[in-house]
Amino acid sequence: MLESVQFLTNQIQRMSTDSQQNTHHSPVLEFKSSTFSVPVLVLANNDLIAIEQQLQEKIHQAPEFFKNSPLVFDLQELNNLNLDTNINKLVNIIRKLDLLPIGIRGGSAQQNQQALKLGIPSHSGHINHNPATSPEKQKPQTPEPEIAPEPQFVTVNSTLITHPVRSGQRIYASGDLIILAQVSAGAEILAEGNIHVYGSLRGRALAGVQGDTEARIFCSDLQAELISIAGNYKISEDLNGAAPNQPVQIYLQDHTLIIKDI
Amino acid sequence: MARIIVVTSGKGGVGKTTTSAAIAMGLAKRGHKTAVIDFDVGLRNLDLIMGCERRVVYDFVNVINGEAGLNQALIRDKNCDQLYILPASQTRDKDALSQEGVGRILDELKKDFKYIVCDSPAGIEKGAHLAMYFADDAFIVTNPEVSSVRDSDRMLGILSSKSRRAEQNEEPIKEYLLLSRYSPDRVKLGEMLSVNDVQEILSLHLLGVIPESKSVLNASNSGIPVILDEKSDAGQAYADIIARYLGEDRPHRFIDEKKGLFGKLFRSR
Repeated sequence: MLESVQFLTNQIQRMSTDSQQNTHHSPVLEFKSSTFSVPVLVLANNDLIAIEQQLQEKIHQAPEFFKNSPLVFDLQELNNLNLDTNINKLVNIIRKLDLLPIGIRGGSAQQNQQALKLGIPSHSGHINHNPATSPEKQKPQTPEPEIAPEPQFVTVNSTLITHPVRSGQRIYASGDLIILAQVSAGAEILAEGNIHVYGSLRGRALAGVQGDTEARIFCSDLQAELISIAGNYKISEDLNGAAPNQPVQIYLQDHTLIIKDI
Repeated sequence: MARIIVVTSGKGGVGKTTTSAAIAMGLAKRGHKTAVIDFDVGLRNLDLIMGCERRVVYDFVNVINGEAGLNQALIRDKNCDQLYILPASQTRDKDALSQEGVGRILDELKKDFKYIVCDSPAGIEKGAHLAMYFADDAFIVTNPEVSSVRDSDRMLGILSSKSRRAEQNEEPIKEYLLLSRYSPDRVKLGEMLSVNDVQEILSLHLLGVIPESKSVLNASNSGIPVILDEKSDAGQAYADIIARYLGEDRPHRFIDEKKGLFGKLFRSR
């Protein structure tokens, strides 16, 4: 019944480059593309009483997880079965159970309109793209980053490691990597996003391994054998100047790794 | 409930077999029925250190292959009737061990023994892997020098990812650090890593420091576990280790350099 969906907001980034050409001083804002993981409520029946009851049971199993969680509801299957749904009532039920609906998927044009009136944008479903929104795609898409500052969902894909990473071990994270213990010499930690190490970093740390030049490495004690961001690296011999036992961040500037105190 | 202790290090020559013999004897002397198994198939040493090499008839591999019963292969120690030794085979190699066979024997031993000490071979290959795979506790024997510490760290990584407990998502193996061949004088001269250096690198609970001692070599040569030499510093260090492992509170010794009579009288600490 519940699955996970990822929103891509990369259109926004494309638009921002077009619209910012006239003011080239110092931008006070920028658009970024990010991916979020949000639970999707897939409905298989339009019996609202049964929906409320079963949803309540699900929430009861993990109340902390669901409390104030953003939610997308999916009407694709109902519409395939030609079962009509009252969007107002459905949204009321969802909100009453302390869930925050932030999107509708697989709805008909009329349902999407109704949802939009309630401040809920539509997202293109598996097959049908949303036909009935305003001519520019911008309008339903932009509010979404504002609605989604739910702490537990913003950090998608981050990997948390609480035990020491020992020599010979290798950890790969497809997002951010947070390590609360030490990383021993001879260990290797890799992340497509940022790396945080709150113990001593003595092994190799490679951030932005898929080419993200914005990725950074944060650590509280830098004694690494090698640090790398998006393929630009320094070995421990080059790090001689960096003082251990103090928190630093490492980032990329003009293809050079900069090590700076925090 | 029986507990399986693996004595391991990664690096060779740091004192795994000496430690296995000493702690097995220590536990047995405390009245716990203990078995110690030599996993170093092909390079068997434990029977020499335990002084029972002339009483070996069947070995570990014979039992795994069903050529002998466990009771036929276990050798009762002549100093302590609570202690049994399962020697390794000298004519075979590590491939003679199988995970299934080792598991079966350990299960059988668990019915009868309180502690089962597994003396791991050096390295991280099959023998060492099988010695630690079923363990509940791990004694990491480390010398105060960088390559030994690095190898121990590697072994800790293997314990936390490749053991049965790790694979079945059970509570992880309890890891203890034993720092052997420690010489405070040489630490002071900067020739050796200090206890603190080693602990900082490994961040591991220190169970005890065993000083570099002539008594260890004497004990090995005479086939009597050093813990029975109660007058020796190494013997006392192992006795402390057993006490701490069993939950007693003993202050650490042998970390500071020995002082002469005048030193004791006139210097604090």
